[in-house]
Amino acid sequence: MKLWRKPFDQAEMATRPSRVLIDEVRCKGCGYCAEFCPLGVLVMSEDLNPKGYALPNVADDRECLGCGLCVTLCPEFAVRLVPIGDES
Amino acid sequence: MTSTVPVEQNLIDSFLRLDRMPHIWCPGCGIGPSVTCFVKALQRNGLDPDKTAVVSGIGCAGRVAGYVKLDSFHTTHGRALPFATGLKLGNPELNVVVFSGDGDLIAIGGNHLIHAARRNMDITVICVNNFNYGMTGGQVGPTTPVDARCTTSPYGNFEEPFNIPHLVAASGATYVARWTVLHPRQLERSIAEAMSKRGFSLVEIIAPCPALYGRMNRQAQGLDTLHSYQERCVVRNGADTKDLGITFKGPIVVGKFVDIERPTFGDHCKELIERLGNKEGQ
Amino acid sequence: MNGDVACAEGAISAGCRFFAGYPITPATEVAETMAQRQPQVGGVYIQMEDELGSMNAVLGASWAGVKAMTATSGPGFSLMMENIGLGVMLETPCVVVDIQRAAPSTGLPTLPAQGDMMQARWGSHGSYEIIALVPSSPQELFDLTIAAFNLSETYRVPVLVMSDEAVGHMSEKVVIPRLTPEQLSYRRRPNVAPEEYLPYRADGDLVPPMAVAGEGYRFHVTGLTHDEKGYPAMTAEAQDKLVRRLVDKIRLNRKDIIKCEEIAVEDAEVVVCAYGITARIARLAVEQARENGIRAGLLRFITVWPFPEERIAELARQVKAFVVPELNYGQIVLEVERCAAGRARTTLLPHMGGSVHHPETILEAIEEAAQ
Repeated sequence: MKLWRKPFDQAEMATRPSRVLIDEVRCKGCGYCAEFCPLGVLVMSEDLNPKGYALPNVADDRECLGCGLCVTLCPEFAVRLVPIGDES
Repeated sequence: MTSTVPVEQNLIDSFLRLDRMPHIWCPGCGIGPSVTCFVKALQRNGLDPDKTAVVSGIGCAGRVAGYVKLDSFHTTHGRALPFATGLKLGNPELNVVVFSGDGDLIAIGGNHLIHAARRNMDITVICVNNFNYGMTGGQVGPTTPVDARCTTSPYGNFEEPFNIPHLVAASGATYVARWTVLHPRQLERSIAEAMSKRGFSLVEIIAPCPALYGRMNRQAQGLDTLHSYQERCVVRNGADTKDLGITFKGPIVVGKFVDIERPTFGDHCKELIERLGNKEGQ
Repeated sequence: MNGDVACAEGAISAGCRFFAGYPITPATEVAETMAQRQPQVGGVYIQMEDELGSMNAVLGASWAGVKAMTATSGPGFSLMMENIGLGVMLETPCVVVDIQRAAPSTGLPTLPAQGDMMQARWGSHGSYEIIALVPSSPQELFDLTIAAFNLSETYRVPVLVMSDEAVGHMSEKVVIPRLTPEQLSYRRRPNVAPEEYLPYRADGDLVPPMAVAGEGYRFHVTGLTHDEKGYPAMTAEAQDKLVRRLVDKIRLNRKDIIKCEEIAVEDAEVVVCAYGITARIARLAVEQARENGIRAGLLRFITVWPFPEERIAELARQVKAFVVPELNYGQIVLEVERCAAGRARTTLLPHMGGSVHHPETILEAIEEAAQ
């Protein structure tokens, strides 16, 4: 989208492509992160953690924009976002 | 892509008592996201965490005090508000937040709730409403919708529930909002506004309880409850609080409903002290 | 000065700057005095919606670093019990005044009794130890309120001032001394950095240093059984360790806490054990008995809890009998009897309350005991 003026909060609102890290020990397989990611970055898998909960996996071919919804929705504080290098 | 930059702790970890993780809440519980929104609101406001105190009562939401790395008090059932009242009046510089559940705040704590609102104590109340008494196994509570099943309403609840925003607004609260855990952005903003507001603020968070209330009412998965929020929620900022009652399957109205100004109890105390001018007692 | 007013003034002299209360006869005057005086001294008066709120507000203010107090009578005292227990568990310094009236239930709101004495010791659930002081005059109500604050700060425990309507509503001369800071105690403060601070790691006297909210210590305290970090600990070991320390910190320090007044006890053959308003009347009876040739003495309990067990046991070897007049149907007499362990007779002189003993009845009891 071509912008004729730079929005004041562009820095705050800019996307921050990130790697999504899930703490396997804390996760309880509720599925909130996978369900509500706007880009479908996470998908519930058949992998189980030591307690027997199904873990989410990062699906291939998607790009996380660092919106942080998964971090906020997780009831276990188990999601971490690590920004990737420089922003586009 | 270029190489990863290994930085960025989980924002929340620095505010959690990591030596007490994992917490006791069930898979899909709405309290986790509530705490995350609270922590993000603290950061958004730039409030000094050393001057923030969390007081909670008994119940699942009451356990929040034990998991946040702030001066925190886990008090008796229903009495978080008077404790917080004493704390705030003892040290007015503290940012006092009461974090508790619907049963703790509205049933046994109901009297304290309406009086704290009436006095306009400068306290923020975060009420996590999951429509039952979770910690003790899912009994009916003062906010359980009519017809819902709980362990102590096995034939369906026939008591009318409280409409929390209406109750506290009528009692004199100066900031009242309600969101679900599926409105994390608005929730974070509301909690931030509530904490910086001078006066009695209450934010009601509609939260899933998959293990108990959800399971007993055909929403055994947290996702079922969250999907029902997607269907039922209507955002109506500024709605009249009398229209905010929640029925078993009807719409859930969310939004910011009250945001007014009124002198606080602390303001009056301060004015009295200034006027009577420190006559030391012998 | 009226006893209740003296109580409030004593608290203010002790540095009390927070009062949360609820009107109840015959303690209302304490609240009224506080409402007038607290703003004058830069403190806060709040009239809570009930006694449960009052007790909790007092605990909260104490955790903000302020000396705090509430005052009530029997019905309110019962309501406060759960949260006195919370104060004991959290180890919160505070003072609770009970101006006792005739009971049970609503009883006789405007008339004296001493029927809450056992409740003071055992009213809340669980095993714990508490301190209770009993004044016999408005001057003593003033002095003991100050002592109550000092004890509560030293031992980090709620301290009860168990007065009665007679003393509370009595007007007598009260001398208000100018107190120096050394005469007032404040809770021991932590001497380590916040990262190393453990809220319930006790010092040698079993009392932990206390941090308050807003200083950066980021502590957590809970009414659940907890460990030294203040975190809930759901084990029998933690329960054992904690409960023993909560009780022992009072019990093992009792020599510094217990106070009695003894009149003509050294050679006595009959000792009257009394407290509060009853002790004043007993004194008259003891003097009369001495004039009549009976070797009578008075042991006046100023601290009823912890109970002066050793002194009673000691006296039991010396005297023929104890006479215990009380404005109830027998409460502290049970302690006297227990500690006398059969070595001396123990006679109860009960009065259900509503008025006070006549000195003659106590004299008769002394004479009978001396035979």
